Amino acid sequence: MANANLVEVRGLRKWFPVQRSFIERLVTRQRDFVRAVDGVDFEIRRGEVFGLAGESGSGKTTTGRLILRLIEPTEGKILFQGVDLASLGEEEMRQMRRHMQAIFQDPYASLNPRMKIGDAIGHSLEIFGIAKGQEKRERVLEMMERVGLTPPSILYEKYPHQLSGGQRQRAVIARALILRPDLVVADEPIAMADVSVRALLLELMRRLKEEFNLTYLFITHDLATAKYICNRIGVMYLGKIVEMGPLEKVYRSPLHPYTQALLAAVPVPDPKFRRTQPMPKGEIPSPINPPSGCRFHPRCPYAEPICSEEEPALVEAEADHFVACHLVQR
Amino acid sequence: MNEPLVRIRDLVVTYKTRAGEVRAVDGVSLDIYPGEVLGLVGESGCGKSTLGTALLRLVRHPGRIVGGEIWFDGRNLLALSEEEMRRLRGAHISMIFQDPMTSLNPLQRISDHIVETIRTHKPEVSEEEARKQAAELIDRLGIMAERLDDYPHQLSGGMRQRVMIGLALALRADLIIADEPTTSLDVIVEAQFLDLLKELQEEFGLTILLITHNIGVVAQLADRVAVMYAAKLVELADVEPLFAEPLHPYTQALLASVPNIRLEGDTLKIMRGSPPDLIEPPPGCRFHPRCPHAFERCSQEEPPLKEIRPNRWVACWLYETERGVREA
Ligand SMILES: Nc1ncnc2c1ncn2[C@@H]1O[C@H](COP(=O)(O)OP(=O)(O)OP(=O)(O)O)[C@@H](O)[C@H]1O
Ligand SMILES: Nc1ncnc2c1ncn2[C@@H]1O[C@H](COP(=O)(O)OP(=O)(O)O)[C@@H](O)[C@H]1O
Ligand SMILES: [Mg+2]
Ligand SMILES: [Mg+2]
Repeated sequence: MANANLVEVRGLRKWFPVQRSFIERLVTRQRDFVRAVDGVDFEIRRGEVFGLAGESGSGKTTTGRLILRLIEPTEGKILFQGVDLASLGEEEMRQMRRHMQAIFQDPYASLNPRMKIGDAIGHSLEIFGIAKGQEKRERVLEMMERVGLTPPSILYEKYPHQLSGGQRQRAVIARALILRPDLVVADEPIAMADVSVRALLLELMRRLKEEFNLTYLFITHDLATAKYICNRIGVMYLGKIVEMGPLEKVYRSPLHPYTQALLAAVPVPDPKFRRTQPMPKGEIPSPINPPSGCRFHPRCPYAEPICSEEEPALVEAEADHFVACHLVQR
Repeated sequence: MNEPLVRIRDLVVTYKTRAGEVRAVDGVSLDIYPGEVLGLVGESGCGKSTLGTALLRLVRHPGRIVGGEIWFDGRNLLALSEEEMRRLRGAHISMIFQDPMTSLNPLQRISDHIVETIRTHKPEVSEEEARKQAAELIDRLGIMAERLDDYPHQLSGGMRQRVMIGLALALRADLIIADEPTTSLDVIVEAQFLDLLKELQEEFGLTILLITHNIGVVAQLADRVAVMYAAKLVELADVEPLFAEPLHPYTQALLASVPNIRLEGDTLKIMRGSPPDLIEPPPGCRFHPRCPHAFERCSQEEPPLKEIRPNRWVACWLYETERGVREA
């Protein structure tokens, strides 16, 4: 294998211009930006599940969309299998898309309501000229079987609204896998499902990963879920990765005060473990004018003067475990 | 325990739909005691919100309460006139929803909203005094005073939920029905909100019916837990024994399928199948088609909710003879 990293993200930034009214444009020339992703570096290793966690608005989805090249970065690079995606022309990028597929949170929104489930799953086979007619149908039926959409021949003919939420998400998974991609970007794939269905989908995704040799970017705001599927995890706060490392290390000895709070906040489903740690005050500030220095400093119980003055870099605190915090780095 | 504040008996609520009659709450009996947090859990569609809205007689169209009794503080709610019911809602029972925007007037400043609530409830309080109380309340909720003049949309989701609790406090509501109050909040904001709720609950002795599908939230906050499956209560117990030893096979399966950040190991138990259709639920115990312990009787006769040990209620034939199951 040429490269252990399937994806490499370098200095990635995505700033969205803030919409301004006509009056605002007259009054000021200054343009404001939502700094959705503001300088992140990480890699996704072949065969792993890399998790991106953090509260809403921290930039997880935007990062996923950048990797899929559904949107263009403001700055920075994404290498996929060692190739800089920005260097690809339209047709090359189209071919590249076969190797990276997406699963989003809402299966209903991602399926065409007027297309039969089977046809939706097999659509990309036709688009890429891989299979059509009977051969397409057979491939689809086989994939439906493997994701547990059974009996396939009956479900093939159904429309999205005729399926349960869990079945719809299985269809979305089948559609993502039919091209045998290398990378699957799963953005909150089980967030909308019911408790029992969540466990089912999670097990399914784990099994399919082994069967199809997949690599996942698994985006979630739920650290309890991440524990069951991720090998490594990156924690985002206001467009930055504040901590990154193997799951066990990050969960057992979180180094960044934000990670510590995030882990402590997860409501443990056991009354014997009622939380006593206090939570950080306040809420995530606006990503338009993020705080200076460490973005977490206004809420951090340990903040010192340096934290508001200098931005901490993400550095390796112990083997493979990275943190961006002045206090840990000392 | 003392006298219940709410006493629900054999409550039946149905929705008439084109496909047939959905029995969303089907013969539920339940007491809520003053000063307790009662958690109501169950999968989507099992009837939790329908039960919650029935307590206020606010079941959404085309739903209707078709049977049973609801006693609140000694009064039969189903016998009250619409006018009496409206007064009761305003003064004694508050409801908090997942999306507080639905209950806040978008054109009214937060301060005016609170002042109006205080003065509707207690007309003798002067405008000035009510403003002072509103400011104190906001401070108690951990919202900065300068936000008093904001409109609801200017507040974050967490702050809006705090305001909802504040309104319930301003009313001195006897019962707060909170339906998925933290479901749209981020985890740290959720934890902050739960801390506040717990604090206020202890300080004011609030009685809360906490409806949620989040088992973690219930484990963190509830004193007792009612587990609902397919429009029926299947188990009711104090929170610690319920989690330590769930008795109903549905409760066992439900708890085992929840990711737990504190547990070692990375496998979840999977519950096969899906909840039944409430238009034509299976005969006998509604869980029997998915139950690993089902035997003949389970598909034939419906098990009643019985107190098999003190404060321990379960609706399952396995406990008819106290034979019991423990599935690891
Ligand atoms: N307005 C309605 N018309 C028809 N059926 C309804 C209506 N509202 C609810 N139902 C049905 O009644 C049953 C119970 O619904 P309810 O909303 O009370 O469940 P829930 O336990 O609160 O679910 P969730 O966890 O998704 O909020 C479901 O089968 C639902 O489809
Ligand atoms: N297309 C867009 N235009 C403007 N702002 C956006 C856009 N997409 C995302 N944002 C903003 O970028 C920030 C990060 O969003 P997102 O990546 O969706 O975070 P997450 O997935 O972690 O919740 C948020 O403040 C969001 O409002
Ligand atoms: Mg997102
Ligand atoms: Mg509900």
